[in-house]
Amino acid sequence: MSDTGDSNEIVNEFLVESYEGLDQLDLDLVELEQCGGNAELIGRVFRCVHTIKGTCGFLGFGGLESVAHVGENLLSKVRDGSIGVSPDLTSALLRLNDAIRSMLTHIEAHGKEGEFDHADLIAALVRLTDAKAAQVASDAAISEQELADALELPPAIPLLGEILVEQGHVSTADIAAAVHEQNQTGAPRVGEILVARGATTHAAVKEALETQQDARAGHVSDGSIRVDVALLDRLMNLVGELVLARNQILQCTATNADSTLNSTTQRLNLITSELQEGVMKTRMQPIGNIWSKLPRVVRDLAVTCSKQVTIQMEGAETELDKTIIEAIKDPLTHIVRNSIDHGIESPRDRVLNDKSPEGRLLLRAFHEGGQVNIEITDDGKGIDPVRLRAAAVDKGVLTAEAAARLSDREALHLIFAPGFSTAAKVTNVSGRGVGMDVVKTNIEKIGGTVDVTSTVGVGTTLRIKIPLTLAIIPGLIITSGAERFAIPQVSLLELVRMEHEEAKTRIEMIYDSPVYRLRGKLLPLVHLNRTLGLARTPWPNEPGAPDVATSIVVLQTDGVPFGLVVDHINDTEEIVVKPLGKQLKGISSFAGATIMGDGRVALILDVHGLAQRAGVLATDRDRHAAEQRTEQRAAGEPMQTLLVFSSGGDHRMALPLSEIARLEEFEPTLVERTGRYDVVQYRDQIMPLVRLGNVLEGVSSNAAADDMMQVIVVSHNEQYVGLVVDRIVDIVETTVSVQQRRRPGTVLGSAVIQNKVTDILDIRRLVQDVDEEFLAIAPTGGFALHG
Amino acid sequence: MADATQYCTFWVDTLYLGIDVHSVQEVMRTLEMTPVPLASASVVGLINLRGQIVTAIDLRRRLGLPPRPDDQEPMNVVMRTDDGAVSLVVDEIGDVIEVSNDTFERVPDTMQGEHRALIRGVYKLNKQLLLILDGAKTALPELSYAAN
Repeated sequence: MSDTGDSNEIVNEFLVESYEGLDQLDLDLVELEQCGGNAELIGRVFRCVHTIKGTCGFLGFGGLESVAHVGENLLSKVRDGSIGVSPDLTSALLRLNDAIRSMLTHIEAHGKEGEFDHADLIAALVRLTDAKAAQVASDAAISEQELADALELPPAIPLLGEILVEQGHVSTADIAAAVHEQNQTGAPRVGEILVARGATTHAAVKEALETQQDARAGHVSDGSIRVDVALLDRLMNLVGELVLARNQILQCTATNADSTLNSTTQRLNLITSELQEGVMKTRMQPIGNIWSKLPRVVRDLAVTCSKQVTIQMEGAETELDKTIIEAIKDPLTHIVRNSIDHGIESPRDRVLNDKSPEGRLLLRAFHEGGQVNIEITDDGKGIDPVRLRAAAVDKGVLTAEAAARLSDREALHLIFAPGFSTAAKVTNVSGRGVGMDVVKTNIEKIGGTVDVTSTVGVGTTLRIKIPLTLAIIPGLIITSGAERFAIPQVSLLELVRMEHEEAKTRIEMIYDSPVYRLRGKLLPLVHLNRTLGLARTPWPNEPGAPDVATSIVVLQTDGVPFGLVVDHINDTEEIVVKPLGKQLKGISSFAGATIMGDGRVALILDVHGLAQRAGVLATDRDRHAAEQRTEQRAAGEPMQTLLVFSSGGDHRMALPLSEIARLEEFEPTLVERTGRYDVVQYRDQIMPLVRLGNVLEGVSSNAAADDMMQVIVVSHNEQYVGLVVDRIVDIVETTVSVQQRRRPGTVLGSAVIQNKVTDILDIRRLVQDVDEEFLAIAPTGGFALHG
Repeated sequence: MADATQYCTFWVDTLYLGIDVHSVQEVMRTLEMTPVPLASASVVGLINLRGQIVTAIDLRRRLGLPPRPDDQEPMNVVMRTDDGAVSLVVDEIGDVIEVSNDTFERVPDTMQGEHRALIRGVYKLNKQLLLILDGAKTALPELSYAAN
């Protein structure tokens, strides 16, 4: 998209909006004159002029701005009541309206402001603003003059003759003669007469006609019409009905041999499909429409922040439903602003980090699986999960313990937490966050999802997935409790089906919570029948379970996958989403309803609401959300990075990698002794060593006394503590479901990691005990103070 | 208020009820219902009324009356409300009748309980009493306890 194309589009939009505003202004002013002022009306008039003034300033139409500005001044006085409504006032304002309109027409025709002299209008407006008394005196005279002016129409499309004269092909006299002849004879056109008289050539007339045509097409309000989206919605609904009726007729004729009926049905079929496509298209707009405003935003913000940013766009032609385009406009702008404000570094910092001084922002849009993906990528400093955790604790969004348990991926999602939205301090630290919770809410409102990935020092990508349209979405139809339900495909990951014998062993229980191992990860299961209170269907491994296959629909919401067990998986279908009545609005498990091919109603499941209801997600979405999520760890969690190590032969233990400062090796000879602790000198500190065998029951060490010591260094209140282990096994990224809680304190519980039982240590507790004890016996107070 | 008002009447259990005839969109035989789990008990289900999805409310449950016998086929009175159409499921449809407003009286204070709010008043007809339903209130049952 070229630069001029972009700015043209902005100007065009400004023109369309302003014309609309002025039309309303006309009506409002007349009403104002007739029935005097009411606050709402005056407010509307003020806003209209104010908007035009503001936008003019933005687009650089200084003349128009100055005229509108004077009007705004006057109106602000009317609004606060210091000037009363009088005919004098309204006619001056109408004159202002016409002046603005004629200037807009000129901008529309020539792309720039013309030379207009509005000195006396401005003077009149200023007079009204300044002198209330003078206004009474000059009442009658001004009104008449103004009304006369008001009747003057702005120049419309130029006449053919005018164009020809302007292009220098003919003289005014020739035109006058030709027009005279046309009036006399009545028949041929001016152009033809001119050619016949030899005043000009055929080509010149053709050229002039094209110019005129352009002027006509350029008339924004003529080239397109604005249609109420509600009307399109209604059309869409009707088409939906037509599709249903068509489906029923198709079913009937399938068994009928009448060839005329069959061929008519086929035509009906084709026409309906085409109509459906057409109506859908009327609502589709390229995403470029909203992207085109971004370069300006980027430029202005980059200047404000003293940064250098280029913006690149891929897939601007990707089309989306109008309502969705509207809905993502603000979130998108917000994300872009955030990327520049917090993501991209200053040119100096970038050069220091071996990057080009110019930051790069990439917008990509593409269709995938019936959805639209939008990616906003910057090559800035990225988001540091460690700092995010710290900021979350600082801000009181999470307790230190809960924050520490978050995986990096979860920590990144903290930028969407509500508590992060306000404090500028946190924003500066974290890099992101102002209003990101709002961005997320808005995107979810239209059935979309948003995800963030980031690499510190390399950049950040925000990925938005949204349905193509709100009205018709692809859905998976399932049956549960003798009823059909539709699941929006957006949330669908995969389908799993097992015969009864297999299900008996593959579905395992953690107390009463069933789980399924999906490629080695625990997937919490939710039974739709039970969640909706349809039936208390037993799990396959429970006594009394019927001998039927088990169907699991693997869904994901808020980045948390879970398995929905349904009675039967039917098919995927395009479904027409219809809202539920007020009586049912309170049930968050349903997103709406749809009409199936046989005319019956089916409910559309709201995956997020359902997950909340089933306890898969934290129910409370406020600042406690993340804490609750950690408590519900057993119900399944996204990825965590763990350091797995062993001590005493086969005893496997794990710690979240985020808890660990460093891994070190020490010569056993370096170990010294203070009090009852072994210590080593480490980074200007005396670091106590904890042998796991001493603090954990049943853990011994197989390491020989002269082997190098493997030490996991953790930092607690700026005091290092070293855990001596036998062997570092691996670093794994996995979902952790703590299956068994042991004594409180040192071990959080056990989990299956890489198919082996692994104890998850509560490092904080362990270290805290050691630290306090160690500090109590420490010979000097030279350590960092406790917080 | 005019001297006379027209009401669409119907029976629910032993009650003879009426709603303003202007608020009635149509009357239909039983339609196929899709039950709504977790909804309030008086919501019978959703019906497809020529492409419009309409919530059906069982007046027996809504008014705290005993359940309808199985062999009795109910009727749907589809009513227009500010929030779209709602169907009231009733036992039997009566006539559209015009009643004189001087036979109107408010509900006596002796009638108590939560259903009192749904009855706007009573017309004293020759043979029986006609109870006038408040359509808007009836159409909006309390949200289910099961809903979150």
